[in-house]
Amino acid sequence: MLKSIFIIFLFQLIGESIQKYFEITIPGPVIGLILLLFTFILLKRSTSIFIKKTKEEISSTSTYITSYLSLLFVPIGVGVVMHLSYLEKNYIEVLGVIFFSTIFTIGFTAVLMEKINIYLKKNARKK
Amino acid sequence: MLEKNKLYNIWVYLQAEPLFWLTLTIGAYLVGDYLYKKSKLNPLVNPVAISILLVATILILTGVSYERYFNGAKFIHFMLGPATVALAIPIYKQIELIKKESGSIFISLILGSLFAIFTTYFFAKLMNLDIEIIYSMMPRSVTAPIAMGISDLIGGVPSLTAIITILTGIVGASFGTFALDVLRVKDMTARGFAFGLASHGIGTARAMSRDETAGIFAALALGLSGIATSILIPLLFKLINF
Repeated sequence: MLKSIFIIFLFQLIGESIQKYFEITIPGPVIGLILLLFTFILLKRSTSIFIKKTKEEISSTSTYITSYLSLLFVPIGVGVVMHLSYLEKNYIEVLGVIFFSTIFTIGFTAVLMEKINIYLKKNARKK
Repeated sequence: MLEKNKLYNIWVYLQAEPLFWLTLTIGAYLVGDYLYKKSKLNPLVNPVAISILLVATILILTGVSYERYFNGAKFIHFMLGPATVALAIPIYKQIELIKKESGSIFISLILGSLFAIFTTYFFAKLMNLDIEIIYSMMPRSVTAPIAMGISDLIGGVPSLTAIITILTGIVGASFGTFALDVLRVKDMTARGFAFGLASHGIGTARAMSRDETAGIFAALALGLSGIATSILIPLLFKLINF
């Protein structure tokens, strides 16, 4: 457990350092995610027992952390509710834009992706 | 009278310490999660929204400032970073499926992200919102730290963007399922991807609680759309005079 937490923190730390050094808008944790993913891919065929065990450990810790992903949004979410007055008189308009644009984007993206997948499957079968 | 005084002293002591706010946050989340499971994962019974409202109500009733609460609850907030890094593992586990669908992932990523940016812009214009608010809204579909960075870059107000982004996550998680059911989308990879792309981490958490494949594709979209949007918006601002 402790080893895997150390590695996850370390990847975030490297990600944050890269973000600060190159001054990019992609946040450190996302860079850490990409680096950890590539490390796992690179070590895919590793036969070392140590690496295998470490990977398994990281894997179970990650499953545990990500299963509580919702909880982690609560502190910042409370801030949103407490600071709603920032929206001033524009509550309804802003909420309306958020509502319709979000729902349409979810619908558009899902239908588009499903249609492309069906199309690609048909083409693959023809070949 | 003495007893009451003692209780008050304990409260004064506790509300200045993180322990109380950490316990409250986890407790409120457990209540939200219990109700969510009890409702058979009804999207409208969103556990994040319930716990937020519970904690906010208690803060308002006790007159404790958000800053004091956050000072305690920041340990939970801190875990958002490591949790984002940890999303690499579910993505890794599905790497074969992701490779197989890489064509549709790429097209949906670019067109979906552009769709989110442009519909936000046009709806906001339609509502006659101030340009500063419109700029603050444009990056709202990606995870808060990226959205705030982009907002700052294009002349928005980052703190306003944070609020709008969190609201977007809650709206997506609460109503996205209905939209996809109405449109009869059955492909779990497409459903999950749309959730992550349009409503970042909160949408991803919702997708993960429903279906493993959907959750993984949501996590993938969360990361990819963050990167795509932070490239697309500055690029669009160079090409188009918004």
